[in-house]
Amino acid sequence: MSATRTDARPEPAASAPATLTMAGALNAALRDAMAADDRVVVYGEDVGPLGGVFRVTDGLQSTFGEDRIWDSPLAESGIVGTAIGMAMYGMRPVVEMQFDAFSYPAFEQMVSHVAKMRNRTKGRMPLPMVVRIPCAGAIGGVEHHSDSSEAYWTATPGLTVVMPSNPADAYSMLREAIESEDPVVFMEPKSRYWAKDALELPVRTAPMDRAVVVREGADVTLLAYGPTVRTALEAADAAVAEGLSIEVVDLRSLSPFDDETVSASVRKTSRAAVIHEAAQFGGYGAEVAARVTERNFHHLAAPVLRITGFDIPYPSPKLEEFHLPTPDRVLAALATWEWDLA
Amino acid sequence: MPIVHAFGKALIGGIPSFHDGAMSLSVERPDTRSLPSQKPIRLLDNAGHAVHGSATGGFDLPDPATLLDLYRRMVVARRFDVQVTALTRQGRLATYPSALGQEACEIGAISALEACDWFFPTYRDSVALLTRGIEPGDILASFRGDWHNGYDQHAHRTASQATPLATQALHAVGLSHAARLRNDPIVALTMLGDGATSEGDAHEAFNFAAVWQTPTVFIVQNNQFAISVPLSRQTRAATLADKAVGYGMPGFHVDGNDVAAMFAVTRAAIERARSGGGPTLIEGLTYRIEAHTNSDDPTRYRAARDVEHWKRRDPIERLERYLVSEGALPEDVRTEIADAAEQVAADTRQVMTAEATIDPLELFDHVYANPRAALLEQRGRLAAELAEAAASGSTPAAHAGAAR
Repeated sequence: MSATRTDARPEPAASAPATLTMAGALNAALRDAMAADDRVVVYGEDVGPLGGVFRVTDGLQSTFGEDRIWDSPLAESGIVGTAIGMAMYGMRPVVEMQFDAFSYPAFEQMVSHVAKMRNRTKGRMPLPMVVRIPCAGAIGGVEHHSDSSEAYWTATPGLTVVMPSNPADAYSMLREAIESEDPVVFMEPKSRYWAKDALELPVRTAPMDRAVVVREGADVTLLAYGPTVRTALEAADAAVAEGLSIEVVDLRSLSPFDDETVSASVRKTSRAAVIHEAAQFGGYGAEVAARVTERNFHHLAAPVLRITGFDIPYPSPKLEEFHLPTPDRVLAALATWEWDLA
Repeated sequence: MPIVHAFGKALIGGIPSFHDGAMSLSVERPDTRSLPSQKPIRLLDNAGHAVHGSATGGFDLPDPATLLDLYRRMVVARRFDVQVTALTRQGRLATYPSALGQEACEIGAISALEACDWFFPTYRDSVALLTRGIEPGDILASFRGDWHNGYDQHAHRTASQATPLATQALHAVGLSHAARLRNDPIVALTMLGDGATSEGDAHEAFNFAAVWQTPTVFIVQNNQFAISVPLSRQTRAATLADKAVGYGMPGFHVDGNDVAAMFAVTRAAIERARSGGGPTLIEGLTYRIEAHTNSDDPTRYRAARDVEHWKRRDPIERLERYLVSEGALPEDVRTEIADAAEQVAADTRQVMTAEATIDPLELFDHVYANPRAALLEQRGRLAAELAEAAASGSTPAAHAGAAR
């Protein structure tokens, strides 16, 4: 194995704060990871000269060349399956699925091999690889461009599944995912690609496997991730006028689940609701509600609520606003609790 | 470097390597626009006579010493396979997919691969693993049910045996592409069956390999059945090698019961791949003599006379006829080979009759690089159950000898 790691190369010096979108932060993370470690290679559909349909890989091919980042044939199982082989040889492939409904052809490779290889080989054959999946809706996408597929991956032991909600986390968590010894499903909420923050790079936020309290409150814990963190924060703002103090937890890591941070918040507020775009039935929120209840039942004043998309296939652009959880819908859901009994 | 026998002995007596340049190679890039010959490439006919003319596809018969070694490997493989099937019938293994009758494909192809190269096998390729130097007990750990894989991938440069069809072909393409990016002269060889060529991953693997020009060799063992379904229900193509043309890759339709042809064609493909010539698709036309596995009933879907027809085309007997006619298989050598095969069978019996050591708590140890809190919690619960069972003397049979 002649692959060499060039981690002696210093991190780029922290830049002055610059306004970056989440897409820009992801681009910077890929650029810095590729510069730091020559085992990192990037490929997928349209990631080369085009720079990806969301421009996350913009300019990387001209910097690093076609041996480090290239356009693959249009076949998602092929992309993930070959990434497995590359990781087996010591590379650190970072592959893109373009849209999450287009990741389904790779399902077998993900579930049967990416998730199981380390366990099958008793740790002899780890797969350090990242599968980037632009996910969720609210971008006016036609069918198959707005799915929320997280529950398929979180239901699979062996996969690490994370979803950042802001540019700083996007940079930090992608760097950490690429450095991870285990395969990571890195989900990027499309509606947040253009969210901006002033960042000093390279920024490192909380560890990838931890949830973070992004707004403190006393009465309710809203558990959100990816695109619904903003929804939760807007609901919390609106609730102030009603005298309701809402705490917002950004889960960040969907698998593993940070029970410690979540339980601490729930025990403080004694009420919790989980918010996601995906359908409710059998969705990720079901797991969250169940484990929060199992671990904190005697601290809860009310059942854990799920505020989610309806149990329908993702709607067309003119109808998606009726499907997605909104701050109003969040507050309406919280109002269904019997507050007087508390 | 010779491939070393499972028990540390070099299998090849007197020949330092198959790869010492003694044989002619067809490393020039073949025409990828023309269909492969519909008549399989053959170097030895069923009567054990050397074939001449166009039927050889331009490939040379390997020298007698190489052929003798291939014979030895096939005899050992056959004895191992028969032994494992018997052990499976005795209940020592959960299942075993036999490669009986396919030894020319398995041994011809794998013997052409260097130790530095990588092999991506399926569940049916246990005899190729044996030839690759992997211990019987390590090969069979998965079929016994100890763990999903029992050997060291890196030590043998051999991936775990894939069960989902054709999925491993993509891993072979990815690994060989990575090697090429690193300028390492490594080839990846993968085996798949005729049924697997219907899978989408076979198409994607063939296409990625051809587009990226990876050093990959695809060995399609056409044993004519996917469990019960015959080849005619998998494809309308005249041969499976024809598929190569659509990918812009050379394809060869080979007599898969002729180990000389399988070895020569595979070796040429490997050398072409190593020298930057890209991937090759090789179809070996053979026959699965045994059932799919011990739980299959082939009398429901094929006639006994068809099996008999193919038994008369046995790959080992064919080579034996040739070696005997050439005076290259003296009685003492034949006896020595038979003894070596018996020794492998005895070793296999011994290792498979011993009780496996399994540890239920290991279930949690290899899922992630860093242990997760939730898994440690679950591990603790199982440990407590095991301790309780051990203390009460009611250790469930499934946990026998397992608690730690």
